[in-house]
Amino acid sequence: MSVLSFHEVSVRYGAHTVLNGVSLEVPAGRTVGLVGESGCGKSTLARAAVGLAPVTGGHILLDGRPVPNRGRRPVQMVFQDPYSSLDPRMTVGESIAEALPERLPKKARQAEIARLLALVHLDAARAGDLPGRLSGGQRQRVALARALAARPEVILADEITSALDVSVQGAVLNLIRDMRRDLGLSMLFISHDLAVVRYVADHVAVLHDGEIVEQGPTARVLGDPRHDYTRHLLAAALPLKEQT
Amino acid sequence: MRPVGVAGLGLLGAVVFVAAFGPVLWGDQATVVDTGNLLAGPSAQHWIGTDNLGRDLFARVLVAARLSILLALAATAISLVLGIVLGAAPVLVGRRTGRFITSAVNVLVAFPGLLLVLFFAVVFGVGARGAALAVGLAGAPAFARLCHTLVAAVSERDYIAAARIAGVSRIRILLRHVLPNIAEPLVVNATMAAGGVLLTFAGLSFLGLGVQAPDYDWGKLMQDGLNGIYVHPLAALGPGIAVVLAGLAFNLTGEAFAAAPGRVRPLGPARGPSVRTAPVPGAVLSVDDLRVTMPGPVHAVRGVTFTVGEGEAVGLVGESGSGKSVTALAVAGLLEPPVRVEANHLVVAGEEDHRRLGTSLAVVFQDPMTSFNPAHRVGPQLAEVSRFHQGMSRRTAFARAVDRLRAVRIREPERRARQYPFEFSGGMRQRAMIGMGLMGNPRLIVADEPTTALDVTVQRQVLELLAEVRRETGAALLLISHDVSVVTDVCDRVLVMYAGRVVEELPAGDLRARARHPYTRALVAAVPDLETDLDRPLAVIPGLPVDPMSAPAGCAFAPRCPLADDHCRAVAPPLLAGVACHKTAEVRV
Repeated sequence: MSVLSFHEVSVRYGAHTVLNGVSLEVPAGRTVGLVGESGCGKSTLARAAVGLAPVTGGHILLDGRPVPNRGRRPVQMVFQDPYSSLDPRMTVGESIAEALPERLPKKARQAEIARLLALVHLDAARAGDLPGRLSGGQRQRVALARALAARPEVILADEITSALDVSVQGAVLNLIRDMRRDLGLSMLFISHDLAVVRYVADHVAVLHDGEIVEQGPTARVLGDPRHDYTRHLLAAALPLKEQT
Repeated sequence: MRPVGVAGLGLLGAVVFVAAFGPVLWGDQATVVDTGNLLAGPSAQHWIGTDNLGRDLFARVLVAARLSILLALAATAISLVLGIVLGAAPVLVGRRTGRFITSAVNVLVAFPGLLLVLFFAVVFGVGARGAALAVGLAGAPAFARLCHTLVAAVSERDYIAAARIAGVSRIRILLRHVLPNIAEPLVVNATMAAGGVLLTFAGLSFLGLGVQAPDYDWGKLMQDGLNGIYVHPLAALGPGIAVVLAGLAFNLTGEAFAAAPGRVRPLGPARGPSVRTAPVPGAVLSVDDLRVTMPGPVHAVRGVTFTVGEGEAVGLVGESGSGKSVTALAVAGLLEPPVRVEANHLVVAGEEDHRRLGTSLAVVFQDPMTSFNPAHRVGPQLAEVSRFHQGMSRRTAFARAVDRLRAVRIREPERRARQYPFEFSGGMRQRAMIGMGLMGNPRLIVADEPTTALDVTVQRQVLELLAEVRRETGAALLLISHDVSVVTDVCDRVLVMYAGRVVEELPAGDLRARARHPYTRALVAAVPDLETDLDRPLAVIPGLPVDPMSAPAGCAFAPRCPLADDHCRAVAPPLLAGVACHKTAEVRV
């Protein structure tokens, strides 16, 4: 159970500023939603925390210490595209085993893979399948199991349901809520969908043009938005006919 | 497999056989000195003559196969391994050093290959080993370049990032994730390169830089035979033919491998329309029993009947694989063989032929990034529609394009029309796409997931624009979407598709509260909105979508349906009074 905190984090590519002094805290055992439009820097913030994007200013700390960006990270990430996040030539079991922190004998490894698959509500028999045999929702659950295999302190979920069909999205969102309840994981849940964020997150932060314009408890931010941009986002999420 | 592949593999088999067993079978014959037959021409005893010691040249050509092939393979292997190491440098040593190595490789690729070969051959000295090293090193830059491109494509994949985050070492990432996923094109390329290397080797030996006596390969034999080329041409041509045949064997096999993936069994001819029916009068779009089959065979659409009235907005909802987009493409007449489209009738604005796109029919696609040609300016791309369909001059068509861009509320349309698609944002591109549809006078606009790739705020603007266009032009709209809320916002009537069939047809206002099909109800319940109860888990649809390769005989939704019984699994329910379900009586509305 750990606290992931971003202090004045900036990310620049040449003259192009993606993130500008972003401060955000993911408290222990809590889910923080990060919303914003495409290109606002949501994914970059998550990628910076695991060393996939260069931090040009500020610090990202895990329990007060810098997040290591070599070796197995205590912060794990789940990606948006279920069709690109699993190696098509490795079985589900192999993909998960790769993220395990220690080399286990075969029996123990299989038991651990079965345990992780059970956590994401998948049958242990799936371990022998190649990703090609799985649906998008099942792949996303395997990706979650792989992230859990590394025994993370914090999980970063980057638009993990936006590429899924609605009937599958529900199952993944339920799983995220179950995992927070049962495992007490801290999570940064990135999404452009306010209704989805409202369903899973305790806190929500609104990112606009690389800066956080508003953050607070989900019910407060969505119920009584204080920044114009948050109101703008909320208005867009409401049905068209109810507005007019 | 195509005849080319069969010929290539057959030839390769023969070459490999000769290379493997040549020295055993004909080794003695190739060394027998026949002093009575020095430098003889072709005869029944010596098919392509003898050399200056009277040894049989045909046997020598066969025996030389082993050394020639081995040297070619060794050099190709050196090129391949070195190429992989250099090409994978960005993965192995990090971005900065990797960039330096990549630049160096790019410079080396610019050198003529033969120049490199000769340079290295002089460095390593004459002889078989030197030649193999020279040819191998000279071939490495080309492989490195190819490998770099392939590796770059794979490195972008999220599973590589996931492996890095999981602490997998760089070498393991290369061996376990990168190489297996680029192996196919590399192997194909190596096979083809081996053919070229064979030729290079023959050239080196021919120049005297390669294999030295008493060893001999095909190049050496050619060099020996060259002295008597005017007397006994076959002495030089024989080994030359061997080089050509072996090179062909490698190249054809490589070609066959390269063409192999993605080949599917073509569909048989269409059965022909069983019944011709008349279109529903007064409808802009009338479709009766539309069936679309893709090679496989995949039955993407399995009998869909619907109409769109004048000025009406009809939504087509369903999940991926339900056949909704394929239906839209069939309506637009954009499906071509090998895809098979059958229908009792498919009539748009009174016309049945497929020239309606651009005049009475407009289409807006999902991805605004790919629906414009990036190499042309936006204005001329719009103008092209009117120049082609209405025969307008370039100038009038461009003026209309500017006018249409203004109609879809693009600011400064004169300036924007002269810009390239990449200078437009996603939302603007989608507007311009709608503008392109308005170049004619569309009676029907087919919009296939027009807002899925856009942000919520932009999504709203595009939907409002579509509504406005309909008000102004009176065009009907067929909106395809997976998003129930988008469809309820915009449409009058909704068709819900599952596994290639329409399972329910109902007024858009009834979708949320008064749907009767269990699938429609589950679909609506599964989407969280800003009023969803936070204390209960979201409704989910158990099970998996239907595999379109094997659609079941009964109701396709039966395996996932809580109400299904044996009757549902055996008999497909027809669409009666707007719903295709045997159990509508049991669904409480």
